[in-house]
Amino acid sequence: MTLLIKNGRVVDPGTNTDDTRDILIDKGKIVDIKTKINTKTQKTIDATGLVVAPGFIDMHVHLREPGQEDKETIRTGSRAAAKGGFTSVACMPNTSPVNDNAGITDFIVSEARKNAVVNVFPIAAVTRGQTGEQLTDMKNLQRAGAIAFSDDGYPVANNEVMRRALEYSSLLNTLIIDHCEDKNLSGDGVMHEGFYSYTYGLNGIPCSSEEVMVSRNMVLAKYSKARVHIAHLSVKGAAELIRMAKKKNIPLTAEVTPHHLLLTDESLKTYDTNLKMNPPLRSKEDVKALIKAMKDGIVDVLATDHAPHTEDDKAVEFDRAPFGIIGLESAVPLIVDRFVHSGIISLSRFIQMISTNPARILGLVNKGKISQGADADLTILNLDKNIVIDADSFESKSKNCPFHGWELKGCPEITIVRGKIVYPFKN
Amino acid sequence: MGFRHKHLLGIQNLSRSDILALLDTTDSMLEISRREAKKVPALRGKTIISLFYEPSTRTRSSFELAAKRLSADISNFSQQTSSVIKGESLKDTVLNLEAMKTDAIIIRHSASGAPYFLSTFCKSHVINAGDGMHEHPTQALLDAYTIRQERGTIAEQKIVIVGDILHSRVARSNIYLLTKLGARVVLSGPPSLLPKLFTKFKTQVEYNMDRAVEGADVIMMLRIQHERQTDNLIPSIREYRELFGLTTARFHRAKSNAIIMHPGPINRGVELSTNLADCTKSVILKQVENGIAVRMAVLYLLLGGKSRDTIN
Amino acid sequence: MQEKIKAKILDTRKIKRSLQRMTTEITEKNRNLKNLVIVGIRTRGIYIGKRIAKLIKNLEGIDVPVGVLDITLYRDDFSKLEAQHMVKKTEINFSVAKKDVLLVDDVLFTGRTIRAAMDSLIDLGRPKTIQLLVLIDRGHRELPIRADYVGKFLPTSKREIVQVHLKEIDDKDEVLITEPAGIK
Repeated sequence: MTLLIKNGRVVDPGTNTDDTRDILIDKGKIVDIKTKINTKTQKTIDATGLVVAPGFIDMHVHLREPGQEDKETIRTGSRAAAKGGFTSVACMPNTSPVNDNAGITDFIVSEARKNAVVNVFPIAAVTRGQTGEQLTDMKNLQRAGAIAFSDDGYPVANNEVMRRALEYSSLLNTLIIDHCEDKNLSGDGVMHEGFYSYTYGLNGIPCSSEEVMVSRNMVLAKYSKARVHIAHLSVKGAAELIRMAKKKNIPLTAEVTPHHLLLTDESLKTYDTNLKMNPPLRSKEDVKALIKAMKDGIVDVLATDHAPHTEDDKAVEFDRAPFGIIGLESAVPLIVDRFVHSGIISLSRFIQMISTNPARILGLVNKGKISQGADADLTILNLDKNIVIDADSFESKSKNCPFHGWELKGCPEITIVRGKIVYPFKN
Repeated sequence: MGFRHKHLLGIQNLSRSDILALLDTTDSMLEISRREAKKVPALRGKTIISLFYEPSTRTRSSFELAAKRLSADISNFSQQTSSVIKGESLKDTVLNLEAMKTDAIIIRHSASGAPYFLSTFCKSHVINAGDGMHEHPTQALLDAYTIRQERGTIAEQKIVIVGDILHSRVARSNIYLLTKLGARVVLSGPPSLLPKLFTKFKTQVEYNMDRAVEGADVIMMLRIQHERQTDNLIPSIREYRELFGLTTARFHRAKSNAIIMHPGPINRGVELSTNLADCTKSVILKQVENGIAVRMAVLYLLLGGKSRDTIN
Repeated sequence: MQEKIKAKILDTRKIKRSLQRMTTEITEKNRNLKNLVIVGIRTRGIYIGKRIAKLIKNLEGIDVPVGVLDITLYRDDFSKLEAQHMVKKTEINFSVAKKDVLLVDDVLFTGRTIRAAMDSLIDLGRPKTIQLLVLIDRGHRELPIRADYVGKFLPTSKREIVQVHLKEIDDKDEVLITEPAGIK
């Protein structure tokens, strides 16, 4: 199918573009980008007044399939992604069973091919069963489609295991994503350890739990020269470690979630389980430090850590509720309104963190950029549209979202994957 | 004056005048408890459920007697659950109980925030009998009442709370209440059980117990649990006793007419030497007697009269 | 809501005379004054009770103990309460068992306060007899209750309010009938 996108403000940090351009798409690829294209196409989109960006990539989502389809499926998660402006997602392996063998990876890939409206890239486990003991057959998994490796939900706790995993991953030129938590330090913690955990009477997860593991990863990455990606950064001390690592050219990259940039531990006063996630919401100082790290380029990627849970799962006492909140359908408006419109970061920097960098880090060479021959994955944004986050109308099966009711300016308007318009939905 | 709340979830959201209304009402309730016929018809026809997810004979029977002395009907449900055993959810249990047309639910639960959680969907009055590490409001009220009874006032009194402050809901509720009434609160205990940040609660933190109890008017000892040793929060009970146990020698550093308090149950010979637990300065048994009167006051002020126009 | 004073029924002198007359009646009716105890119902019943005790002492030279009864916890009209009813202490420092109790209140109206007072008294102990003294009986009984000693019978309409003021707490002695103003 041929598609022409006319008159949009094309912003592509990868090629340093921020200008009005027409884009011509054919057979799922970008064929031409020029100030004016007059070719006749099967479909035309008038993107006047809209921003056309390389398709957004969320490299940290939980699609829950196989095994927890009551919370989300590959299909519903992909629809949520499309509505949220994402053209690709990378899904974590903590499914039931765990994605630690090619059979499961295969299942996810074929399920996605059949039912997903966006690109779905499985992340496979680092260790079998995510128990942190024995490495998985990474080559096999890679061949089946695994784009990176992680035991997310859990850290790779044993330093020796992580060392060997990194050495092996460098052989395959793949990426290990680590959930940085020292389970001994975090113990029974359910929120950030600090004045508010003392006040609310809840067990705390200290900053040191994250910092200890980030520094461990820094050291091992230094020696192995293998790439490590720090999942969901949350504390000031860890941001400082990453700053140090980058100065020393250690191959460490880091991601941050919208909720860790916008919410603090104080808000847990109401024991709302839609504010319970791991790592937890941190203090005002940590949030400030993360925003600075984002501005300074210490943080590479924006990712949602979209973690669906059913209403029943979450409607229990705070201690018993599972960790996690969804994020695919709120991320873009939140960041655009609170950080781009407010001038804290530029639009270009935003797109860099949500498209250019994730593509590069995951090795998706034909994505994350608008250039000839690249995949026609595009996110078209309306920066001026006012919306109200309405969790009840989410595509996601789950509604565990703390941003319900937030009034924001700026949202995804059209999502294009492989040259096809996947959002707005036809059905 | 008056107490215009629908629930008693904690001391934190009570005003000074709320607290004084509760303490003043306790006077009358104590009088009733000392009569021959310890009963008044004030809450006749009201149905109260006590839902205890943690074992407790003391607080539970205290509430039970309080309800009965006001002629209310009370029924006890004990649930032994841990976060691992998944039975009926808390929400379902409470909704089922409410279907029996209850007027009030007294809840003790190991999860902080559980009573608040109930108040979001419950029609009955919710009374917190202790939630996790968060609050134990009736304990703080009876402690304050006892202090007022013994010392005449709470303002300006130097009140020292010693023990596992970090995990203690009794400590938290007492800190809120006593500071609201103008007392000078000093906390003491090992650093692993008493983070320095607790000074933000308008208290003093003093790790040296000898210094802490100097000139104290009231010394409140908290129970130390043996699990703290296995969790490496204290090296051993022996070490704990040496550094933070109340001995006669330590007690002599307090004012000569100081009183000793403990929410119970006591670890004799650990936080309190046995002779101190039984001496005349110990008001531990008075705390128990006052506990019933305080809980009667709570039940009366929440359920007596039509409940409308309330805050919360 | 403003109140309009309709009439002043009793003043200092008239109150004094009523109390004196009732005291004489009490001493006539109670042969064994040594067994008499006075229980005043909060709040103004207390002061009337104390004045009666003083008058008895003047007349007969006998000290009659006076106690204070708070009947809040015995009320039967909770559902009609607009605001919370704060409980005050009952202070009776003597036993009422086997005694002749003289209950004292300022105004007798529906009779419900007295019913609650009797329940409360009986919970405290088993009196030999209970007699009732009121300064004003304004009619409109809802229960079969009557006073033994009445200062003044005062026919009123239900809408009217009878206000008793006593020097001990109101700076003057008087009994007024008032009406809520602005009612159609």
